[in-house]
Amino acid sequence: MSKVIKILGTGCPKCQSMTGVVKDVVSENNIEATIEKVEDIMEIMKYNVMTTPALVIDDVITIKGRIPSKDEVLALLN
Amino acid sequence: MFDWVQHIADWLVYDVLNFNKGQHLAEALNFFIYDTTKILILLFVVIFFMGIVNSYFPIDKVKNYLSRNKLYGLEYLMASLFGVVTPFCSCSSVPLFIGFVRGGIPLGVTFAFLITSPLVNEVAVGLFIGLFGIKTTVIYVISGVLLGTISGVILQKLKLDTYLTPWVKEVLATAQKEQDAFIAEKQTLSQRLPIIWDEVLKILKGVVPYVLVGIAIGGLMHGYIPEGFFEKYMAKDNLFAVPIATILAVPMYSNASGILPVAQVLVAKGIPLGTAIAFMMGVVGLSLPEAMLLKKVMTFKLIAIFFSVVTLCIIFSGYLFNLIL
Repeated sequence: MSKVIKILGTGCPKCQSMTGVVKDVVSENNIEATIEKVEDIMEIMKYNVMTTPALVIDDVITIKGRIPSKDEVLALLN
Repeated sequence: MFDWVQHIADWLVYDVLNFNKGQHLAEALNFFIYDTTKILILLFVVIFFMGIVNSYFPIDKVKNYLSRNKLYGLEYLMASLFGVVTPFCSCSSVPLFIGFVRGGIPLGVTFAFLITSPLVNEVAVGLFIGLFGIKTTVIYVISGVLLGTISGVILQKLKLDTYLTPWVKEVLATAQKEQDAFIAEKQTLSQRLPIIWDEVLKILKGVVPYVLVGIAIGGLMHGYIPEGFFEKYMAKDNLFAVPIATILAVPMYSNASGILPVAQVLVAKGIPLGTAIAFMMGVVGLSLPEAMLLKKVMTFKLIAIFFSVVTLCIIFSGYLFNLIL
């Protein structure tokens, strides 16, 4: 089943590097997933996060406020 | 504690590179090698330590604590103290602001946190210890905490709720002392360490170029500007020095880590420490990019009041330091 990945962040450098990591992991491992960047602050606040960037996989917040490593993202996606 | 670093610097400059003592270039180079090594070590230690603290004490816990407990006025001080131990990047200031407001935490208390958190952060503290020594660092940290606390109290008294943007007011209206189900990551220290380690390296990578440039400029100035050079222009009794230094500092931002080493040399060359501290607080604590971000939650008027109150408090503490130090 295809996963829905959302990256919450207002566009700071950290958010961009998280997006980079996630995209790499998805393409390198041929994972079926859609990646969506959520930059609108009101949308972000619906998830109740206080530190960005945050990684949301199938509507579950998995990581917030830091950039994960590739291995970490891969483990979360499997 | 860092004598050995000085020995290495002396050895490199005078023995290996064969410079003569007293040469301007040699002095500058020696200063650069000594300062960079010492400061990088200190930065590493402080960032790593703060990383561990933060891993066990995340922002969600802070928020829940502040919204749950009645502290009879002490909540401003608590928020300010939490600001010290919780590193935060200015791009998180908006979600953090909303999160606090939604948790029913008063605006002034939220401000206390927002002011202290960037002002007393791990990078600034690491640099401060390296450049100015423990005593000045302790003074800086304590005054940062007090500054956040007092500004928070003042901002609360001004009753600024009406100047929030409409959608934030809506959030405020539905605010409840909600306890977000907070699932603490149950990890052992050995599981946390690699993550903390990664984070430390990332922060260091981000600031090191600025620090190096700052120390290089500082090193040059150290070698070429005569002792007491600035005393003529920025003496303690010059009433305008503190406000001018503070106002110049507010727009500076991304290069805060580069400015501190330069400021240290300015102090060595005769600028009063209070004036320099006011300048550095302006650089580290207030920034235009932060103001731009806050526009999403505050009207222009509120941002202007917020920045003015903090700027005034910084100027005041600058005068105070010049008086007591």
